[in-house]
Amino acid sequence: MTLSVAALDLPGILAGYTPLPGVADELFQSNGQMRPVWASFIQALAALPPEDLAARFARGEQYLRDAGVYFRLYSGGPVQDREWPLSHVPVLMSETDWATICDGLTQRADLLEQVMADLYGPATLVRDGHLPAELVAQNPQWLRPMVGVKPRSGHYLHHLAFEIGRSPDGSFLVLADRTQAPSGSGFALENRMATSRIFSDPFPRSHVRRLAGFFRTFRDTMEGLSGEGRRMAILTPGPNNDAYYEHTYIARYLGLTLLEGEDLIVENGQTMVRTVQGLEPVGLLWRRIDSDFADPLELNEVSQIGTPGLMGALRDGNLSLINALGAGVLEARAFMAFLPRLCRVLTGGPVKLPNIATWWCGQPAERAHVQQNAARMMIAGAMDTTLPFAAGSDPVGGAQNDLGLTLADWLARDGAMLVGQEAVTLSTTPVFSEGRMVPRPMTIRVFATRTETGWAFMPGGYARIGKAEAATALAMQAGGSVADVWVMADRPVPPETLVSRAAFERSPPGILPSRAADNLYWLGRYVERTEGAIRLLRAYHLRLAETGDPSDSLLQELALFLKKLGLGPDVPIPDTLNDLVSAARNAAAKVRDRFSPDGWHALNDLAKTARMLAEKVTAGDDAAMAMSVLLRKISAFSGLVHENMYHFAGWRFLSLGRAQERADGMLTMVQAFADPEASAGAYEIAIEVGDSVMTHQRRYRFGPSRETVMDLLVQDAQNPRSVLYQISQMRDLVAALPRSGPSGQLGALERALLTLDTDLRVAEAADLTAPRVTDLRNRLAQVFDLLSRQYFR
Amino acid sequence: MRYDIRLTIDYDYAAPSDHARNILRLLPSDGPRQRVVSRMLTISPLPDDRRDGVDFFGNATSSVGWHQPIKRARFQVQARAERLAEAELDLSPPLADLGAALAATGLGPTSPQHFRAPSPRIPGIEAITAFARAALPPAPTARQAVQAVGQALHGAMTFDATATDVATPPDQAFAARRGVCQDFAQIMIAGLRAIGLPAGYVSGFLRTNPPPGQPRLEGVDAMHAWVSAWCGPDQGWVEYDPTNAQWAGQDYITVAMGRDYGDVAPVRGAIRTAGGHDSRHSVDVLPIGDAP
Repeated sequence: MTLSVAALDLPGILAGYTPLPGVADELFQSNGQMRPVWASFIQALAALPPEDLAARFARGEQYLRDAGVYFRLYSGGPVQDREWPLSHVPVLMSETDWATICDGLTQRADLLEQVMADLYGPATLVRDGHLPAELVAQNPQWLRPMVGVKPRSGHYLHHLAFEIGRSPDGSFLVLADRTQAPSGSGFALENRMATSRIFSDPFPRSHVRRLAGFFRTFRDTMEGLSGEGRRMAILTPGPNNDAYYEHTYIARYLGLTLLEGEDLIVENGQTMVRTVQGLEPVGLLWRRIDSDFADPLELNEVSQIGTPGLMGALRDGNLSLINALGAGVLEARAFMAFLPRLCRVLTGGPVKLPNIATWWCGQPAERAHVQQNAARMMIAGAMDTTLPFAAGSDPVGGAQNDLGLTLADWLARDGAMLVGQEAVTLSTTPVFSEGRMVPRPMTIRVFATRTETGWAFMPGGYARIGKAEAATALAMQAGGSVADVWVMADRPVPPETLVSRAAFERSPPGILPSRAADNLYWLGRYVERTEGAIRLLRAYHLRLAETGDPSDSLLQELALFLKKLGLGPDVPIPDTLNDLVSAARNAAAKVRDRFSPDGWHALNDLAKTARMLAEKVTAGDDAAMAMSVLLRKISAFSGLVHENMYHFAGWRFLSLGRAQERADGMLTMVQAFADPEASAGAYEIAIEVGDSVMTHQRRYRFGPSRETVMDLLVQDAQNPRSVLYQISQMRDLVAALPRSGPSGQLGALERALLTLDTDLRVAEAADLTAPRVTDLRNRLAQVFDLLSRQYFR
Repeated sequence: MRYDIRLTIDYDYAAPSDHARNILRLLPSDGPRQRVVSRMLTISPLPDDRRDGVDFFGNATSSVGWHQPIKRARFQVQARAERLAEAELDLSPPLADLGAALAATGLGPTSPQHFRAPSPRIPGIEAITAFARAALPPAPTARQAVQAVGQALHGAMTFDATATDVATPPDQAFAARRGVCQDFAQIMIAGLRAIGLPAGYVSGFLRTNPPPGQPRLEGVDAMHAWVSAWCGPDQGWVEYDPTNAQWAGQDYITVAMGRDYGDVAPVRGAIRTAGGHDSRHSVDVLPIGDAP
């Protein structure tokens, strides 16, 4: 079925959709006919009332918000997280086009592997004059320590991405090879999830090729490479990376542990992960960290995110990496100038899929060509690895060098470090904007993974879309967006998911890296500390509202106590409170793969509300009410964690942090308010802040005294806020931890907790003098030392 | 000339260091200018993990690790090595022709290709480029250019052990016109690369006491650093010591060569400790010759 623009009664949304002259378009062919692959989709789309369409787009966006999909924006200022900029309309590809692309990229992937093996092996391509030595020797991603190191898996490259575009004549060309640590495959999944919510109709969705099979293949391959009895994991640069969200997402999706460099140590040539159970051998890392940063000992010495000795483990052949260290060497733009020739040298034939025309200006003829044709050239660094059409780079014509040089002088001086690339015009694809479709430039990212039988490709999933008609700003950082790519089959494709339909089988137990345990513990502590601070501030402002007199002696005492904690109530919501919330959020950010997006939303909501309230709240009643709001918000997080989180070892560390902080907070408070010297009413404050007013009324015949405060807030095993209650919780939690002590014997940590527990149970309330309370606090601090020595190192 | 070499380096950590791991480049190796008769590296406390090897540039390395926390570490070298005499001939092409000679060099460990471009610790620095250009006589050979830049630098800089530390970048040391052998070497390398001469950083030892009647040299109290420069296929690599304004001749024993200090650091380490550390070096390089 072929529909031409003229023949089709174009629906309103396509009114005014005019491809630019001389530019290929995804929706319409150059003869004005709609590409058949789009026809049924456009018909279905046109049948939707506009309000329905808007509701659908909102559904997709809601999905992304709920899932917490974000990317990180670097703007020179503070780091900001931005919502995922989904372009709602997918890019549709026919299976024929897709097959052509995959065929060409298969050849290219094999070619890249051969070049890589030569650069880190015999270097014959340079020796025989096919590749200039300086493009390798001066390439910062050519890692000399890797020369001669054979990958354990037998291959350097396992997971690749290619940035491709359609040129004006309708054919495809490669714009960039991503060999270092390609990102985006997880985002592709999220694109698909969101787009499926927008276009949930059985048709044409039933004809869209699924993505899950690619990931199943990839995971199977990883299992094969990892080796029996060894862990496999994703190695991330950490939460400051722009794609960290994707790392956590894909770790959860594939059931892989997410590790940072400091989780790993190398002992006797073996890579080990430090877990709460001890050291566990690692056989495979899917590396999302740039090669150069992987080992500060042999590679970039300033790296803070690497693992010292990792190179040694690779040299000993005890670790597989996806991809091998040093793979980034192939991303330099100058390689594009030589790959077509290298293809002839290595395979005897031409490239099936050309790459963007590139001239290395280190050669006189090429330099002259670039200079003469500067008006349609992007001039960039020869070693540049950024994607073409990233914001701000690639000035056409080379006029904008920062050196005040003419183009001729610039090329003459720095030619060996420059390339010219043809300023290709990319095809446009329909984007929905202000009620109608408009053409916008696009590139497609194609992901490939090596299997035992050759390269497998993810069928679609990821396209970058430009903000304006010109292809100068395709990067998300510059306001561009991202769309799903649908590869359309001729007949319905069977659904598939990552879940196998095999018989019931439990996964082997996961591991908890020591660093994650450490962060979860501190997350528990910070959230509890925040809650304690909110309760104290609420008590202060309630009393202020009641008395209306800031010089009231008890208020003065409360204010003094708050000041000692850095929470001086001169402003209703002190900065320290926001700092505490941020500390909790930072700890949480480092372990986002370990609890639900809902918990993360709850923490963000708390942070946002606290900041917002800080701007407008006044002292007294208003502030007390604000504190109640914050208490409810923080309870939302605690509730999610303690009611819904599975009781893995990670949950135990989070709970240990909470219990320890609560015990310490309570001891600090009774130190101040159960002091025999304290003002009248101090005991009431202790009980109120201890959230035990009702219980106190029920448990004791007389008004509060030092003894009742100690009895209820320190020694009462039934009161979930008492110190003893926390200690016995901690005992239970520790007993269930791995390595809690040699069989049948108590470990140092258990012994310390048991002693504390016993002392509190046998003491008379009157015995708990100020020095005893101080002693309890010190012993509690020792419990942390023991915990940290045993589990966090 | 034959030498007995003794080197001791002590590290004291303020707090015990967990999973400490080091790469050591402390042992001299055989080369075109020297022969190593014997060499031994002793480490205490005894590491749990030690692998000796050779890095990309051919330098001897020892990768060592401790599984238990350590409070201190001591590295001791004992070696006997012979520095070969060498004729002072200039076989190098005119500096202007050096670029053409480079085209035929590959990617092997001693290829000048590795030493042409700025490296992590030695970026291009305009002030040094200008200084090196100004130091050149008219139409020098490559070897003459090395000497000219080295001598000019020696004249312009003051040796000062307190002005810089191991992390001082060359532009700062040059701006202050002060520093130690590391600064002299890195500045000279920046200058040579800027005028088209491939240049690398050499670490090694200098004879402790001068021959009778000659002045004591700078840099004898610790490991020393100087410059290696490539002067065409016939001349090959020449070594010049800008700190003492002389060719690195019979008083020198090479330990390692690389693009800059980062490639040859005697002790490159990764320690997990809360505090900092102190370190002390002592070096003795004594000629053994005919008289014991």
